[in-house]
Amino acid sequence: MSEMIYTYDGSFEGFLCCIFESYANKEVLTAICRDEDFLPTLFAVRAVQTDRSHAGRVYRKVVKLSPYGAKLLQKGFLTCLTDKELCLYRLTVKLLRDGPSFLRDRSDETLYPVIKAVGHLDGEAHLLKGFVRFSELGGVLGGEIEPKNRVLPLLRSHFCARYRDESFFLYDRTHREALFYTAGKAVIRPLESFQMAPPDEAEARYRLLWKRFYDTIAIQERYDPKGRRTHMPMRYWSTMTEFQGEEAFKAQSPSAGGPVPGVPGGIPAPGIRPGSGRSAPGSVL
Amino acid sequence: MDVLEKLTILTDAAKYDAACTSSGGDRTSRKGYIGNTSSSVAGCCHSFSADGRCVSLLKVLLTNRCVYDCKYCVNRRSNETKRAFFTPEELADLTISFYRRNYIEGLFLSSGVYRSPDYTTELMIRTLRLLRETYRFNGYIHAKAIPGTAPELVEQLGLLADRISVNIELPSEAGLRALAPDKTKGAILAPMRQIQSRSLQSKEELVKYRHAPRFAPAGQSTQLIVGATADSDFHILRLTQGLYDRYHLKRVFYSAYIPVVEHALLPSRDVAPPLLREHRLYQADWLLRFYGFRAEELLDEEHPDIDPRVDPKCSWALSHLGFFPIEVNTADYMSLLRVPGVGVTSARRILSARRVGRLQIEDLRKLGVVMKRAQYFLTASGRAVPGLRFSPESLLAGLLAAERPSLPQPPMEQLSLFDSPG
Ligand code: SF4
Repeated sequence: MSEMIYTYDGSFEGFLCCIFESYANKEVLTAICRDEDFLPTLFAVRAVQTDRSHAGRVYRKVVKLSPYGAKLLQKGFLTCLTDKELCLYRLTVKLLRDGPSFLRDRSDETLYPVIKAVGHLDGEAHLLKGFVRFSELGGVLGGEIEPKNRVLPLLRSHFCARYRDESFFLYDRTHREALFYTAGKAVIRPLESFQMAPPDEAEARYRLLWKRFYDTIAIQERYDPKGRRTHMPMRYWSTMTEFQGEEAFKAQSPSAGGPVPGVPGGIPAPGIRPGSGRSAPGSVL
Repeated sequence: MDVLEKLTILTDAAKYDAACTSSGGDRTSRKGYIGNTSSSVAGCCHSFSADGRCVSLLKVLLTNRCVYDCKYCVNRRSNETKRAFFTPEELADLTISFYRRNYIEGLFLSSGVYRSPDYTTELMIRTLRLLRETYRFNGYIHAKAIPGTAPELVEQLGLLADRISVNIELPSEAGLRALAPDKTKGAILAPMRQIQSRSLQSKEELVKYRHAPRFAPAGQSTQLIVGATADSDFHILRLTQGLYDRYHLKRVFYSAYIPVVEHALLPSRDVAPPLLREHRLYQADWLLRFYGFRAEELLDEEHPDIDPRVDPKCSWALSHLGFFPIEVNTADYMSLLRVPGVGVTSARRILSARRVGRLQIEDLRKLGVVMKRAQYFLTASGRAVPGLRFSPESLLAGLLAAERPSLPQPPMEQLSLFDSPG
């Protein structure tokens, strides 16, 4: 067996193909990186082409051995774990070699980094179910987040169920992708940049009402800034209405319907399935 | 008066209520309706206020006018304060608009007693009905039942709300008589009993018919004020235990008394709210609900108050050193739960991991065990933490050091308490 570095297209399927190729070529991987992140090195490199049928074979094999293991792969791929591909690759190798029993022992050294990262992802998604803030712009709800992990696939079913008769979008600034939902259909697509439109009168007023409620509900005699930061780390504050500066509470235009402000031109209407190109995370196989 | 001012007054008047959780709901998304309830057991916090408390629900009073005169309350009849009144329409609009923007998980509606308990409850019912039927709101609602309300009205309230609560207010009848002369123990317990038997009945019906009406599916809770009266922690914990046993309450909330008025029967205005005591009571409450402890194991007539220095579980462990050390590879679940630093989650992980192989002391941290507390009380494969030496005295010092950083806002006067010998 020889040692190799693989590069792939950044998709989950592409990653599964790395595993497929490593078995097919009897190669042990020392690094797996996305094509765009790859820096030339002295080591031997293989550029893996994504082949959905190869990806499917690896995935089905893992599911057969352990559905829980498959879940870990899927979720692990969404985490911000450094070298997540390599960690997940090693987990898969161990699963194929030893069977699934080690997955019950959290302290296992191959499992631990993955399960910790997935815990972090789940935790962040749970917090964001609460911390996401929407604004209403011409009948459409829009919001932004700045998470460390790719949480949109985990937030999708929650918000789609909660606002099933609404149209909304949620932009992930960190990973430059957005969840769109309308008429019962949801998609996650890459979106390079996004600028939220300023509020109209009604929106500005509800923001103000909320801020007033937030400021009033605290009991002065119990002031506890450290407790607040522990439960709600400051990195979430940037997208929360109650922590915005004065500008966010000033109406820029009178309330009106009309075209949806905030959704930039050139974005395909929500509801259209993503075509070729990078697939949405979570929409596995 | 505009809605912004009303909101300010009626939030300010509601903020002392401790409960703000949205847990236990079971509403799933419905076509034509907006919302559902959180599937997480812990509910969902949408923000945390500057005092570090979870903001989950729009917590307001319908009105802060009140014909009662509870001495500890800012809304009491005899207090000079600005009064306001939400119309059902205003409140329904606020709830829906906040909910759509994901500010909140739902509404927590309480009220001062306007004219009479029945009259007030009817207004609350009108608001909730508007919200549920006209605005088609399918999110979480927590409603307060006012002692002395007619059972028929409590029934209607329970069919609209996910959770109902009746506040015990003060831990003893003597306290009630002195400070809340308009309320009696009987009037508080009557709706509690009704809610409990009605929930039970509703659950039985649901087994038989899927569409049977749901009565307060998220159960009931209560709150009591700590530090306004001289009641001991032992008294409070036994009361709590009785409420869990007999009325199947989902939660008992404790609210450190904040002196809002000067009154001969109450702590003076410059007494700081007993936040540490409140924190310890919550920890003890947790032990009753999830760890299989009984109030009588934690405290007794000779030691009627929780030791403020360490959490109640450490305190129990220190006085039962003979129970330890626990061997993590063989101990049963309930024994594992008794180890300080081992929680419900880490105990389960230990059970799962040890089926795969023998656990070593180094593995425990990865299973979520808080070793700086647990190390004194357990072994793994017969081994303790290498190099660990301690005596009963240094044990206490070690536990104090382990806990200090995690205490809620340890202000100066509380620190001096740690430094005093004993
Ligand atoms: S009944 Fe008592 S506790 Fe409730 S609002 Fe009136 S005065 Fe306050």
